[in-house]
Parts: sequence; C-alpha cells; structure tokens
Amino acid sequence: MKVIVDQHKCVASGQCVLTAPEVFDQREEDGIVVLLTETPPEHLMDDVRQAATLCPAQAIWLAEQEKQEDKE
Amino acid sequence: MKRIAIVGASAAGLTAAETLRGRGWDGHLTLIGDEPRPPYDRPPLSKQILTGDRPAERAFLRSPHDLARLEADLRLGQPATALDVAHRRVHLGAGETIRFDALIIATGVTPRRLPDSDLAGVHVLRTLDDALALRAALLAGPRVVVVGAGFLGTEVAAAARTMGLQVTLVEPEPVPVRRPFGDRIGALVADLHRAHGTRLRCGTPVRRLRSTGGQVTGVELGDGTTLPADVVVMAVGSVPATGWLTGSGLSLADGVVCDAWCRAAPGIYAAGDVASWHNPHFGTRMRLEHRTNATEQAIAAAGNLLGDATPFAPVPYFWTDQYDTRIQAYGIFPPDADLRVISGDPSNGRFTAAYGHQGVVAGVLGWNNPRELRTLRRLVVERALWTTVTDAGPCPPLAGDRCWESIRPRTLGVYS
Repeated sequence: MKVIVDQHKCVASGQCVLTAPEVFDQREEDGIVVLLTETPPEHLMDDVRQAATLCPAQAIWLAEQEKQEDKE
Repeated sequence: MKRIAIVGASAAGLTAAETLRGRGWDGHLTLIGDEPRPPYDRPPLSKQILTGDRPAERAFLRSPHDLARLEADLRLGQPATALDVAHRRVHLGAGETIRFDALIIATGVTPRRLPDSDLAGVHVLRTLDDALALRAALLAGPRVVVVGAGFLGTEVAAAARTMGLQVTLVEPEPVPVRRPFGDRIGALVADLHRAHGTRLRCGTPVRRLRSTGGQVTGVELGDGTTLPADVVVMAVGSVPATGWLTGSGLSLADGVVCDAWCRAAPGIYAAGDVASWHNPHFGTRMRLEHRTNATEQAIAAAGNLLGDATPFAPVPYFWTDQYDTRIQAYGIFPPDADLRVISGDPSNGRFTAAYGHQGVVAGVLGWNNPRELRTLRRLVVERALWTTVTDAGPCPPLAGDRCWESIRPRTLGVYS
C-alpha cells in the first residue's frame, strides 16, 4: 500500500503531521506537505488513513483506494 | 439500529457516512442532500474555482466509484423539509418520507442576503453553482464591489483582484476580519488588500443597492457616496440551515443545540456548520463554520451515535488564503483577548502571534508561517498560562506600536 500526496492541492494545514508525524512533514518555507515514506509500516496505517480523512484539502490518498477509473 | 439517515451531503454528511461504514456499521444508510451535485469541497470555491486555477470537477470530494462503495441510498437534489422526532421520519421536498432509527443533521448554513439581492449582477457564494455563476460574471471584466469583509468577502475580493478587476471591499466595521481576529490583525489584512490594489471602504455601512432595469449599477453607502458596480457580491455572513427543523421540538438557537457529545436528542446528532455544541476544552458553547471542523465533528458525532460516549473537545483550526498570503489559526479568538507576536515581524509578512484570554493561551495565529504555527498549537492544547507568553522576555518593540511587542520563541519551550 502506497501513500500519495498532492502538493498542489495541499493547503499547509499540518493536520497530517499532527496525526502521523512519522510519515508526513512540512516544508520549512511554506508548510506544504512532504512525504517521508511512501510505504509506511503497517502499524502506522491507521494514522495515515486518519490523516487522509482529516486533510482539509483532500491532498492525501492511499493507493489501495485508487482504482483505475479515478485516474482517468 | 437498522436505519441511519444523514441530512446534508457536504463535507460533514459525507464524513459521517464514511465513518459509519468505516467502523463496520452495515445497516440501511440514507444520505440526503438538497443540491443535485455530488459532495464537493467548499474552500476552493472562493479561491481556485473563482480564479479558474482549478476546474470545477476537482472540487468533488469523491469519485462515483467511492460514493458507490458507501452502499448508501443517495438522495441528492432532495431537500429535507421537516423532521418528525417522535415517529422517526424525515420528510423530503418531493413528498417522500425517510424512516430512521438514528439521525445525523449536517445541513450547514445558508448565506444571509440583503434587500434587493435578486437584482441581476448581485451574487452570493455558498454553492459550486454560485461560484461558477460568479466566475462567469467576473470574466466579463466588471467593476466589482464586495459587501462584507469577513473571510469569504476578503477571499472573493482577493480572487477578483487577482483576475485583474477593479475591486472595492465594503465593510461596516473599521477593519476587515475584525470579528474573528480583532483590530490589529484586521489592520494588517486591510494593508494586504491595499497593497494589491483592492480599494477598501471600512467603517461604512451599505445603505442600499442602486439599479437600472433590474440590473445593479452601484452600492450606496451610509455616507451618501455611491460605488459604481456591475457585479456586487454579498458576503454578509450566513445563518444555520435549520428552517426544516422548525416545529420539530429540537432546540434551535444559532444552530442545532447539542451537548458535548454532539447530541441534539436521543439518537439525533448534528455536525458541521449547523451544530452548536458545548466544547469542554474551552468550557464554552460554539458553532464553527470551518472546513476542518466539518470533518472532525462528523467523525465524533458518528462515533458517539455508535456508542463512543466521547465528548467533542477539539482545538479549532482554520485558514484563509488571500493573494500570496496564508493566515492560519488554532483555537478561539475572543474580542477582548490580549495579543502578542511570538516570532517574526508583522511588517514583513511572516510572523506568528498568540491570543491570551482569561489567563491562558486561547489561540495562536500564523501569517505565512505554517510549520512554526503547528508547533505553537501545543500552547492552546495545553492551555499554557498567558504569563508564559508575556514573561518569555520581550524583544525590542516593533516600530510605532508597542502592542506588537515581540518575544523570543525559543524561551517558550515549544520547539523540540
């Protein structure tokens, strides 16, 4: 399972870092999301899912949710 | 519990539905929305959708596939018209009734309108269709007057100005965003708009709209002057969408009145912009029109409906983007709060500040400084004593205004 972030949609809220600090960080200059690992260990996945839910810009996805039709 | 109905199919309603399913509840779920559009995100409406930086379809929150996976009875374009608490029924506009065992109310807010807002050229902005209509009008190159300089009004003015239009922002208060942030931050927001060429008329109420043949031609102010306008945007606040609950027996007072568990009545919960609840963290009742709260409160309300029994005690988070500036905030910002700059310099467009109220840090604000603001959130979460901010050792006061007294951030111990 892979984590995907969209830095163009990101609004630098930092909710992901508060929720899963082992997986997400923010750029120093503008706070835009930085992905620390695309493939977090299983024990962090609940936090990652929570981060995806809480993201106010909907800028985080899990590849397990990404179906072909979403890409088109 | 076999049947749950959710009224409201925007961020809060959708999140509530996903939370119920995500936690394994597999009963009959009905998701009711008054708009025909599938659930979409509102913050981009006054920003990227208006300027055209983002196409409308990118505002949708879920793909058709993801919506289908909810296995919900989706009733879009069907406004709820009444609630029968005793018989556990929601009445829809089409005359249909939806039975439920438990209910989540997430109907949001509707924009306030001033008299004559049915004139051609007068816009409000709440829905995606509102945004697309306003964008179409802005593309014709009109003279724009935005009435109301809260978050929505200031964002719309910034978007229109970014499109190269002549924009005037009118506000009866002396500065923009005064209610959420107070006079000093408001003055900075005023400077920001002036620096980008947006005209401000603050401290001046609107007397009436002027029109010719049903088309708005200008905005007449309390001082007798008239601002010529081809497009007028009414951004004068909103009211909770509770009209359909009149006579239901639910307590309504600035929204659906809930307890600390987001519960309005046994088996009936509310979430998002429409919900007024007691936030135990701050010891006060609040109703938030923030994007993040819609998600957080929907998760909490759905969880409590399933038996969590957890009080909803968040530290509110919200933000606004205007021109190249991003203002973010955690907490609450009472009008009589004390204000201190924590780091940076308000005169050069990057700083953080704290609001003190009743002896503790009630809120923190970041101006183009997201990463540092996040670390300061802890002050609000932990209810840090205001003296830890004021005693942390003042830096030299900033020119001309001793209230912008800055302090050294590292002495606060919030940097790990």
